[in-house]
Amino acid sequence: MRDVAVVGFAQRQMPEFDGSPTCVEMLVPLLAECYEQTGWTRRDIGFWCSGSSDYLAGRSFSFVSAVDAIGVIPPVNESHVEMDLAWAMYEAWLKIQTGEVDTALVYAFGKASAGVLRRTLGLQLEPYTMTPLWPDTVSLAGLQARAGIDAGVWDETAMAEVANRSLTDAEKNDWSIRKGGSSVEELLARPMYADPLRKHDCSPVTDGAAAIVLAAGDRARDVRETPAWISGLAHYIDPMGMGTRDLTRSPSAERAAAAVDLSGVEVAELHAPFSHQELVLRRELGLADDVRINPSGGALTSNPMFSAGGIRIGEVASRIWSSEVSKGVAHATSGPALQQNLLCVLGSTTEGTN
Amino acid sequence: MAKQPAAVVGVGQTHHRAKRLDVSMAGLCREAIDRALEDAGMTLDEIDAIVVGKAPDLFEGVMMPELFLAEALGAAGKPLLRVHTAGSVGGSTAIVAASLVQAGVHKKVLTVAYEKQSESNAMWALSVPLPFNMPVHAGAGGYFAPHVRSYIRRSDAPTHVGAIVAAKDRNNALKNPYAHLHNEGTTVESVLASQMLWDPIRYDETCPSSDGACALVIVSEDVAAASPNPAWIHGTVMRSEATTAAERDQVNPQASRDAAAALWKQAGITSPIDEIDMAEIYVPFSWFEPMWLESLGFADENGGGWRLTESGGTAMDGVLPVNCSGGVLSSNPIGASGMLRFGEAALQVRGAAGEHQVDGARKALGHAYGGGSQFFAMWVVGSEKPSN
Repeated sequence: MRDVAVVGFAQRQMPEFDGSPTCVEMLVPLLAECYEQTGWTRRDIGFWCSGSSDYLAGRSFSFVSAVDAIGVIPPVNESHVEMDLAWAMYEAWLKIQTGEVDTALVYAFGKASAGVLRRTLGLQLEPYTMTPLWPDTVSLAGLQARAGIDAGVWDETAMAEVANRSLTDAEKNDWSIRKGGSSVEELLARPMYADPLRKHDCSPVTDGAAAIVLAAGDRARDVRETPAWISGLAHYIDPMGMGTRDLTRSPSAERAAAAVDLSGVEVAELHAPFSHQELVLRRELGLADDVRINPSGGALTSNPMFSAGGIRIGEVASRIWSSEVSKGVAHATSGPALQQNLLCVLGSTTEGTN
Repeated sequence: MAKQPAAVVGVGQTHHRAKRLDVSMAGLCREAIDRALEDAGMTLDEIDAIVVGKAPDLFEGVMMPELFLAEALGAAGKPLLRVHTAGSVGGSTAIVAASLVQAGVHKKVLTVAYEKQSESNAMWALSVPLPFNMPVHAGAGGYFAPHVRSYIRRSDAPTHVGAIVAAKDRNNALKNPYAHLHNEGTTVESVLASQMLWDPIRYDETCPSSDGACALVIVSEDVAAASPNPAWIHGTVMRSEATTAAERDQVNPQASRDAAAALWKQAGITSPIDEIDMAEIYVPFSWFEPMWLESLGFADENGGGWRLTESGGTAMDGVLPVNCSGGVLSSNPIGASGMLRFGEAALQVRGAAGEHQVDGARKALGHAYGGGSQFFAMWVVGSEKPSN
């Protein structure tokens, strides 16, 4: 395989974006930041790929307007996934691996505040038997949290510990839209939202966008002294059926962990929109106790739909660029209750990239 | 590492109909998947990864349906990707699936694209008014009719050329058991006598709304060795441009011309009309055949397209048979339509197209476009392994 690295990353996260659901106004300055970081113009980009959802934008072809943010005259080599930024990056990584291109810029966007997110996401369910009941995503996550508590896999204290650490770390992240840790006792004294979930156990509805720049070999070294080399990239999906899954587990996350080398990982950015989901992921990834989890505050404090998974990759990459860590893992999820999961291992050297 | 060779060894499709009320979305996809796997002599267990493509989720009313479909598609425990690039999506999806093999990541990839239009109403799903966007009046026909008028004016085309395309494709469809429309007795005269919908596009010159799916099995060189007739992928390309811009040529978009040039170069083709034996081109409205013939470089840009069509050059026995399957004009499960073009091209070079087989087809083009003539996906497949 070719050595490919993350060399650029830009993000925007906010409670309510005062612009169109296609987020073009947010993407233009975001792409400008990527050009500034790399010293490139759009003509240096070999391949483009975006991630977004028509249902979130409330219209067909939401990505069609988004390409205007690139300025696609003359035309570009471009694709789109109805998935999170992390999977858009996967498609771009593939394109670089075919040898057709050496560079790629991927972006994703979503204005979750335009609708009632927990009901919109309910439309992801099986349409013949589940959607008509319209269970929303927070309620489904509540069922998952309850299943873990009943099985003795975690308890409300462990969930509150995740929330308290995340809210505390979020104070150092300008992009986090919910922040301010207190204590486990204080969090547990707060009212229930969707029993056994309290508000701080659920990620806030977030608007946002993000972009990642990939480059192969010397193109990456030209941009940064320490590019964040991708040494592992794997993703899998589980069946959706909520009644037939063991909700305390995530086999696809476990499988992804087995497909990459997580030894020596110093930091993990886990895309866990609910506090108990971090506990599931930590177990499936088999992370050691000294691995720093979600120093950004994680998705629990800011979760822009369709870019929050990719933002995890950008957060780990940023820590490698600055030499804060030499190896880290980023995780992205999609679907109800951790149905689909992707892992991206990043390092300061090309060791393991083959 | 250089690009790894990849080949199509399995092609499957559904019987396309206006309403496939006999199957769910999962059943529709499995009908195509099971045929593709049977063709490839494989089982779902052997498949490494699955790539799903379809047009907007509003067409069925399910957000990211691949999530609920994952288990039925045999994707549980496997990597699954979902591509969506407007009308070109069936082509783009096949290209993403091919890149999984070409990148050396997987050896056996299954890809499926579908649309179950009867679950909703695509024409109106496309017609939602949007601030600061050109309205798509009553579906795609209203949007594209001005482009066709512009082509006729620019190229001095006789006004019956569209009807020639429609009559040809509808008669070709009679040889394709999977085609949605089997309208026997369609003639140029009968097409011209049909209702005018969006001047100059008549009822018989438009694609139907179909339920349908298409699936391909794409494999690495060593796996393809077991196939009696692999269709080798000689080149793939995707290009996009803006919907609206003053300098855009919407009749012959630059993204289309750029894509074709890049494709021919990749496939080592210098004279497409001489070296390509047949083409499956995305023609949802009859006039797009001559328009794309020019844009793709099969004919000169001053009316060469309509002259080639009028001369019978795109008929089954012509110099460049186009849409022998009946094309989009005879079956249009939107998300699958592009993959059907890619799959039909593969069937031709595998000598497996049945009654609509072009004798001795060795190199074929699969083509798809989408959005406001702004997204393009194409591939060239051949019976021989590519030398480049």
